[in-house]
Amino acid sequence: MLRFLGQVGMYFLFMKKVFSKPEKASVYYKQTIHEFASLGLTSIGIITIISFFMGAVITLQTAYNTDNPIYPTYLIGLGCRDSIILEFSSTVAALILAGKVGSHIASEIGTMRVTEQIDALEIMGINSASYLVLPKIIATLCFNPVLTLISISVGIFGGWVAGTMSGVITSENFIYGIQYAFIPYYITYSLIKTVFFAFIITSVSSFQGYYVSGGSLEVGRSSTKAVVYSSVLILLFNVILTQLLLS
Amino acid sequence: MISVKNLCKSFQGKPVLSDISVDFETGKTNLIIGQSGSGKTVLLKSIIGLHEIDSGEIWYEDTLFNNLEFEERKKIRSEIGMLFQGSALFDSLTVEQNVRFPLDMFTDNSPEEKTERVNFCLNRVNIVNSNKLYPSELSGGMKKRVAIARAIALNPKYLFCDEPNSGLDPVTAILIDELIKELTEEYSMTTIVNTHDMNSVIEIGEKIVFIQEGIKCWEGNKNEVLNSDCKPLNDFVFANSLAKRIKSASG
Repeated sequence: MLRFLGQVGMYFLFMKKVFSKPEKASVYYKQTIHEFASLGLTSIGIITIISFFMGAVITLQTAYNTDNPIYPTYLIGLGCRDSIILEFSSTVAALILAGKVGSHIASEIGTMRVTEQIDALEIMGINSASYLVLPKIIATLCFNPVLTLISISVGIFGGWVAGTMSGVITSENFIYGIQYAFIPYYITYSLIKTVFFAFIITSVSSFQGYYVSGGSLEVGRSSTKAVVYSSVLILLFNVILTQLLLS
Repeated sequence: MISVKNLCKSFQGKPVLSDISVDFETGKTNLIIGQSGSGKTVLLKSIIGLHEIDSGEIWYEDTLFNNLEFEERKKIRSEIGMLFQGSALFDSLTVEQNVRFPLDMFTDNSPEEKTERVNFCLNRVNIVNSNKLYPSELSGGMKKRVAIARAIALNPKYLFCDEPNSGLDPVTAILIDELIKELTEEYSMTTIVNTHDMNSVIEIGEKIVFIQEGIKCWEGNKNEVLNSDCKPLNDFVFANSLAKRIKSASG
């Protein structure tokens, strides 16, 4: 328990260091642009593929599990839309990004630690935590909502393709379903969750990488811890945010 | 000048350095020698503030360094160049970007002036036509020389080198030693080198401190190191058979 509390304390001290005043704004700006490409643009592919197939599966499962004449078929489109917006594109996509982006961040910073590159920054008088982590946090906070919007669009498209190609729903009914009883706030809810999850993924993974000591084995372990802790925290905050935002 | 007074450092209650006092002189190549695990690297990292010391004082000229906060240390750290054992070049940056990094961070020079300075530093360490290469594409000796170029980019007053010859062949090791000595004299820096390479000791050791098990055992220069009556130092200096043969041949 004491060790856990110690880790939590270290995390908040680390965050204080991360959010201190940057040494030179122009260098941080360039670094942030670099992180947009490194952490954001490279995630579009995996998010697109997974969202497409997840949308397709949600549509087919909804169709086969509500095969009843009482239910109008357009509800398949509605179910696909709400599942994608409320849960998949924010939470499930965040869990996937915790695996991809979280492990990338932890191993990158961890390797810099064990090869003394972080020491080199410190000796130059640079706040290494801020220089390495702040651009990553800014990049993911800005870009992950874009990924969520892409995921929503592609997921619903995937549902339409699967539904119409398998013949479980007509195109008109699906499109009517995704427009039926639409609540725009659900998009806001999804984006708010995404921002929180982006912060969790980046800060927890950076923290794990930054305090690595040892060699390559420890870097691997920190990478695993980053994914596990980020995932658990995402699920915990999913419950808390859902209660706060939808109650 | 850098002065260390009564420095003590321990890790989890285990003492690693005990009551070290030594002055490192300006314009000279100061060597810290000792066996692996004797505390050389801990001493070096304590002097530059990467390890917080338990007690004692570290003076950079007339500034008590170990009492300063991170922000207050920045001024002194901007005057420090460091060559790490593994070079510690930034993997994601090219040779040119590595050397340019401290200039981008701490100067307001124009891009042309920065490029000129980068090329000057790289030429000074004999690195040519490699500006666009990444560290993974360089040999061990080249990495060390690029790391030296980065270290001198801001004209530092203090240069720290942690085992600059480790992993290098004897010829390259001599070149690195000569480079460190030349740069120390050229820029009148206070240079501190951690090493257990006896050739470095003989060639560039203008001041030598011998550490054993965290205690300073001996202090002198390259002329005195071969004729010392300090037994632990003699055991260290004449550890290999070649040195023993030379000693017995010279009587």
